[in-house]
Amino acid sequence: MDNEKLLDAFIELIRRTSSDLPVDVVTAIKEGLLTEKRDSIAHKTLQMILKNIKLAKEKSLPMCQDTGTPVFYVNYPHGVSQIDIKKKINQAIKESVHKLYLRPNIVDTLTGKNLGDKTGPGYPVINFEEWKKDYIRVILMLKGGGCENVGTQYALPDSRVNAGRDLEGVRRCILDAVHKAQGRGCSPGILGVCIGGDRVSSYEESKRQLLRSLDDRNKNPVLGKLEQSIMKDSNRLGIGPMGFGGMTTLLGVKIGSLCRIPPSYFVSVTYMCWAYRRRGFEYENGKTKKWLY
Amino acid sequence: MVILNSPISKKDVVKLKAGDTVHLNGIIVTARDVAHKYLIEKRPEKYKKLLKNGVLYHCGPVVDRVGKKWIIAAAGPTTSMRQEPYTAEVIKEYGVSGIIGKGGMGDRTLKAFKKHKAVYFHAIGGLAQVLAECVVDVKDVFMLKEFGSPEAMWVLDVKDFPVTITMDSHGNSLHKTMYEKTEKVLNRLTLKGGGL
Repeated sequence: MDNEKLLDAFIELIRRTSSDLPVDVVTAIKEGLLTEKRDSIAHKTLQMILKNIKLAKEKSLPMCQDTGTPVFYVNYPHGVSQIDIKKKINQAIKESVHKLYLRPNIVDTLTGKNLGDKTGPGYPVINFEEWKKDYIRVILMLKGGGCENVGTQYALPDSRVNAGRDLEGVRRCILDAVHKAQGRGCSPGILGVCIGGDRVSSYEESKRQLLRSLDDRNKNPVLGKLEQSIMKDSNRLGIGPMGFGGMTTLLGVKIGSLCRIPPSYFVSVTYMCWAYRRRGFEYENGKTKKWLY
Repeated sequence: MVILNSPISKKDVVKLKAGDTVHLNGIIVTARDVAHKYLIEKRPEKYKKLLKNGVLYHCGPVVDRVGKKWIIAAAGPTTSMRQEPYTAEVIKEYGVSGIIGKGGMGDRTLKAFKKHKAVYFHAIGGLAQVLAECVVDVKDVFMLKEFGSPEAMWVLDVKDFPVTITMDSHGNSLHKTMYEKTEKVLNRLTLKGGGL
């Protein structure tokens, strides 16, 4: 695993993720534009966002100055070393800071010091999983802080939002989360939701839901129906792009579920801003065989 | 559309109304979490002249150094609400006329806007490239070593910086009205027992 090609692939992955939004997201924003009235503030806002997306791609520079927490999902075959992959990722982050693909975005929480091009516990986040295929697959999400801050979790029953332990209760929680996020999360947003699990696994799964493409249909018909219902109702709220009012409040809703224990019933919501930066690659025999999304 | 030059006199501030779209020209100073805490806890005198009638920008830019020159490579707004505990005091103490950010601010700040004559300019979140192109020059930087590049106070000269006034000096907040309006719809949607 001491080949330079994998390091190059990681650096290119970071460049693409930070500067070039995936086609499913751009398409959804363009579709949103069609639903907004011409010359409305919502229409102008989406036009400006599309202009920004185009500029970032042309310049290979971050589309948002908050390049977020890099969250990696790595699947690898038997025999690959996690330690080696971690080293490559840390090196790629260092170089990406100098190439301006990433902002120096790591802060020592206790001293308040910005650690520049370094990495440390909590930054980046890497989720490793061995799998049976014989190639490595890496997906990177750059998760901005503004939208991460509006993510939330409910433990049902929750009387604040009048939510019991059923799908109607889940629905009320999610709509409440969309309403509270308003313009702070940089709408139009995308929701990753998990029902069930424990506090940690539930949040983790809600974020993992965001790896699904926007056009991906839920395999579970009950959850699929809930996704469509939340999508419709959220856009009815009228929050619109950046909370200026309009039809386009969400670009997508992705819901998964985990088993739970009798005392717990969590609903976890991860909010992703319109700058939904996720990219990936597959790597085999010393070279990148495919780019994802 | 209104074209405004910063610094902005209090006389001009009161003419501005929530809903106005503005192109901002002149000097703006970035300040975010660490800078706000510093401005209030240490009350450094040296910034009083710079910030008098000035505009603060809630932003942590991506910055490049080419020779002796600083280049702003990405510079969109960050969430303003985090500065809510400090902003009323910053406006009073330093005589600031405008805040650029995203997501709007709370009641304390809205009251301070009314009392000390200031407005909130809403920039589109994530618009880092479009807004970086509006930066004509980096005039100065303060507390770079102490705070690190995203939290430092960058003094930027901007041209045609596109913003919308969402909170004015007459007590109007579009964020507040939007929150209340959408809350009514939310209550309706959750009361009827669902669209499932």
